[in-house]
Amino acid sequence: MMAANDIAAGDPVTAPQGALAASLKGASVRFGAFTAIDRLDLDIEAGSFYTILGPSGCGKSTMLRLVSDLIPAASGEVSVLGKTTEAARLAREFAFVFQDAALLPWRSALKNVELPLEIGRKRGVDIPIGRRSPRELLELVGLKGREEALPHELSGGMRQRVAIARALVCQPKLLLMDEPFGALDEMTRDRLNLQLLDIWRETGTTILFVTHSISEAVFLGQKVVMLQANPGRLREVVGIDLPEPRTTKLRDTQQFTHYCGYLRDLLETC
Amino acid sequence: MAIAENIPAPDPEAEARAEARRRKLMAGAVPLATAAGLIALWQVGVKAFGVPTYIAPAPSDVAATLIDKFPLLMQNFWPTLFESIAGFAVGNIAAILIAIAFVHSRNVERAFFPIAVFINTIPILAIAPILVLIFGPGLTAKVVIAALICFFPTLVNMVRGLQSISPQALELARILSASKSEVFWKMRLPSSLPFLFSALKISATTSVIGAIVGEWVGADKGLGALIIDATFNFNSPLLYATVFMSSGLSVLMFALVSLAERRIVRW
Ligand SMILES: Nc1ncnc2c1ncn2[C@@H]1O[C@H](COP(=O)(O)OP(=O)(O)O)[C@@H](O)[C@H]1O
Ligand SMILES: [Mg+2]
Repeated sequence: MMAANDIAAGDPVTAPQGALAASLKGASVRFGAFTAIDRLDLDIEAGSFYTILGPSGCGKSTMLRLVSDLIPAASGEVSVLGKTTEAARLAREFAFVFQDAALLPWRSALKNVELPLEIGRKRGVDIPIGRRSPRELLELVGLKGREEALPHELSGGMRQRVAIARALVCQPKLLLMDEPFGALDEMTRDRLNLQLLDIWRETGTTILFVTHSISEAVFLGQKVVMLQANPGRLREVVGIDLPEPRTTKLRDTQQFTHYCGYLRDLLETC
Repeated sequence: MAIAENIPAPDPEAEARAEARRRKLMAGAVPLATAAGLIALWQVGVKAFGVPTYIAPAPSDVAATLIDKFPLLMQNFWPTLFESIAGFAVGNIAAILIAIAFVHSRNVERAFFPIAVFINTIPILAIAPILVLIFGPGLTAKVVIAALICFFPTLVNMVRGLQSISPQALELARILSASKSEVFWKMRLPSSLPFLFSALKISATTSVIGAIVGEWVGADKGLGALIIDATFNFNSPLLYATVFMSSGLSVLMFALVSLAERRIVRW
């Protein structure tokens, strides 16, 4: 007997080499007369881990919201996996993890992870079912045994892990994360960083990760996208050439501090 | 010495539990003892100063009436209970449905909210005779008055509750391409429940007030009618006993709603 899960497991998640997970061509976003993002050109290679840095208010969140079809581009073009952002949204090609986990407080951890599978089911929407069940995803993020806990019974770090499990349930090819660990203490954040890298390697998904921490950006990212403010523009894409898989020890190496120093100087001029 | 060694080691957890139980007991015992003390003071005061029964009956007179006239009291309790529950149901269901319409369409809200505010500003005592004139002396007028008194707090709270969903949850819904009805059933409605229940707890007691006020204006049965009757006949012990039954009815309604809240709103 072949379960539906096994068929899905056969599908390679990783896109072919050189394919683009997302692409922005001269994309601008305006709020009234204010230009939040000005003619941004950026190609996001499939399967890579991108971190996004920039001064506060430079349009990092706006960029993620643009890619995820939450706001429209005033001009220019944005595509996700070769489709329009709307088509990609309808096909559940991407998932979003917010800074505050945005869990529904009346639903248990498991029920929160199951939410994306419920939305659209009655309308007959073709929901991509990941190769992992919601239960297995909670186990993957280290929450086995807490399936029935309500969000208010979990710590901030645990809630964020539930949100990550929920984002993975439709097996997205692109994972957008807006300062997901920004409100957590440093130890929790370091642990979740390692877990996230494991998940990224294992799922082969592309990640766009906004942070305001330089060391987090260097530790996680294969590429760091630096944005500058007023108006929001691309400053530089810095490739981070550090040995994989990354471990905590890396933070003490000279290379690591070198990248951090370079980005700190760059950030000061943005 | 030898005895002390036989005492089992103290279990900190059991001790904490015992402490919590003691504290809970005290929290209940203190107000009960205070109430008992005040009632005793009232009894002694009335007897010591020889206050006539029709001005202020002693608690013992009221208790005797409660027992003697229990069939009469219950006979008038049921209509008021029915009017309160029916008014509670009608008023709150109407408020919930109208709140949903308001949240669904700004235009409906703009058109009807000022009217709702206006109706709310009319004192219920002033509007009760009008409603009795319209609906006659039967049950309907009392149900309508009880419903009216429940309506406004629930409307306002329910609108707030339906709008209380976090902007990020709405963005999540959009990313999942959720339909309007999915957003309503899976997000807005559940997130409104804590707001709804705080309104329902208010209307649990005000619906009883509405029913009794309706009965004052024109009724021959119900606790409100009995209050009027006892007052005109200077039957103070019966009046006090009826008031006691009325507040018992309020407490019952409040307890039922609180129980439902505790079972439903667990977050
Ligand atoms: N909905 C909005 N309406 C008006 N201005 C907005 C809106 N969202 C963001 N902005 C503005 O756009 C700029 C970029 O915001 P944002 O992308 O949130 O910055 P950050 O890089 O800190 O995430 C800010 O100046 C912000 O005030
Ligand atoms: Mg931001």
